[in-house]
Amino acid sequence: MIRTLPNSRTYSTFFNLYIVVYFLFLFAPLAVTCILAFNDSQFPALPWKGFSLDWFFADSSYRTGIFHDQRNLDSIFVSARTAFFVAILSTVVGTLGAFLFEQEEFRFKGFLYFLMLLPLVVPGVILGISILLFSNTLGIFFEETFNIDVGLFRPGFWLVVLGQFSFITTFVTLVVSARLKKFDPTLEEAALNLGANRMEVIWHITLKFLRPAIIGACAVAFLMSFENFNTTLFLVGSEPTLPINLYLQVRDGSTPVINAVSFLLIFGTSFAALANLYFSKNNR
Amino acid sequence: MKGQGRWYLFFFLIPILLWLFLLIVLPHIDLFIMSFRAENDYGDMVWSFKNYLNFFNEPVYWTTFARTAVYSILVTGITFIIALPVAFFITHVVPRKFSGVLMLLLLLPFWVSELVRVYGWMILLRESGVINHFLVKIGILNTPVEMLYNDATMIMGLVYTSMLFMVVPLISVLESLDKAYIEAAFDLGANMWTVIVRIIIPHVMPGIVSGSIVVFMLTLGNYLTPNLMGGKNSLWFTEQIYNQFIASFNWNQGSAFGFLLLLLSSLIIWVGLKLSGQKLSKVVK
Repeated sequence: MIRTLPNSRTYSTFFNLYIVVYFLFLFAPLAVTCILAFNDSQFPALPWKGFSLDWFFADSSYRTGIFHDQRNLDSIFVSARTAFFVAILSTVVGTLGAFLFEQEEFRFKGFLYFLMLLPLVVPGVILGISILLFSNTLGIFFEETFNIDVGLFRPGFWLVVLGQFSFITTFVTLVVSARLKKFDPTLEEAALNLGANRMEVIWHITLKFLRPAIIGACAVAFLMSFENFNTTLFLVGSEPTLPINLYLQVRDGSTPVINAVSFLLIFGTSFAALANLYFSKNNR
Repeated sequence: MKGQGRWYLFFFLIPILLWLFLLIVLPHIDLFIMSFRAENDYGDMVWSFKNYLNFFNEPVYWTTFARTAVYSILVTGITFIIALPVAFFITHVVPRKFSGVLMLLLLLPFWVSELVRVYGWMILLRESGVINHFLVKIGILNTPVEMLYNDATMIMGLVYTSMLFMVVPLISVLESLDKAYIEAAFDLGANMWTVIVRIIIPHVMPGIVSGSIVVFMLTLGNYLTPNLMGGKNSLWFTEQIYNQFIASFNWNQGSAFGFLLLLLSSLIIWVGLKLSGQKLSKVVK
């Protein structure tokens, strides 16, 4: 049953087969999507009509490749911009959170820690509608009391950033906290004895130690934001992010351009994931 | 030093308080309040149970709710049954040098957007899809059949989407399982079934609980997969929420639905934690 025990032939064959089928199940949809991005056909379907890069580069009246498809390019740009701001914001606040929960003592700490974990168990759709409702309430309040119209409170770019930030920060806090737990406090004490103040200790010693975790968390935050659908769905304004834009296209019928976008996404994210893994291994 | 310590506390505390109260606590309180507001006969907003009464009086609402709950539990169970052998294979069966590579392969698809994965399944399964093309070609089918837009496909899609969140916690607990226990059990004449039920399952219980909570929550709150793979008849509760908010623009009704969904997910997670005697803060690690 395990490595160290002799296994019967049927058992090993059956188990290996199961794993092969499992990985086929895992990769089939991705492989098919990628392959059909290169099919010389108007539809993302078989039969195979020959290899073509039209769905990437064409710019003719009946085929528009992804690199000339303004609507999709715009949404990629919106997603990248959103993810950039979410990654920066959530990394800063998440790191502060890790320091707060690992190094400080205060009343209601347990309660606050529980609140911090909540975004993990609240479905993204609920988070989206609550933030939509609350921003709307605030918007009405500001308009009625101060007679000013605050754009931030209407669905749009910044509301999407805030909505994604609200749950991604929890992940950053947990990742950075896990690393901070392994920190040897004698290093801090030594620095304090040598006359550093706490800010200098944090800046020169603790943050140096945390750097791999912070960079890793920032990369994951970027990816989570780039791909978020559920929370974004309710907060999006006139500039759709890539997942929302793709969803609208897939729902109303599809062309192989979506395969081309998917191909780029699959290879882009795999590359980013491998790079992230490589760097986090090197830093350990 | 003491006074300075306070200053640092506030430096860390204030951003966290702003985040948690402005983006988590107050919005959910607002959701709760909105769900109890409704228009009366004169068109004024008043306190009312109308939104919740609508839910119970309209069978399509509560049947969708119950359906979503039952299917989410089913998806969680299926995910666990598929994931356990995979996690066991990677940690205890395959030669050590391969387990790292397999682990990486296992994670890769989940870095890709859920939308791309669902889209891949749509290309595979639809009437003009790849699987139909092959089945017709080798003569198993005469004409293509529509494999999308039914409950079985939708459940498969949901299992696929949430698989990772079951496999990873199982792998991390299985890594600490001492293989001597399994060897000893076999020496003492146990069969495989006994080993699974008496040794492996009790050992991986923490992993089962945290995996199940995440899978259940993600399935319950999923919108993309039921919507695209289940089609018009998918009747997933998140779609009802979406319809109230975006299509009918009845935010109060939508808030009541949202609150009910939140209540359901919290309740089931609470029951799961109680039954297994675990704590939320332990489970998320």
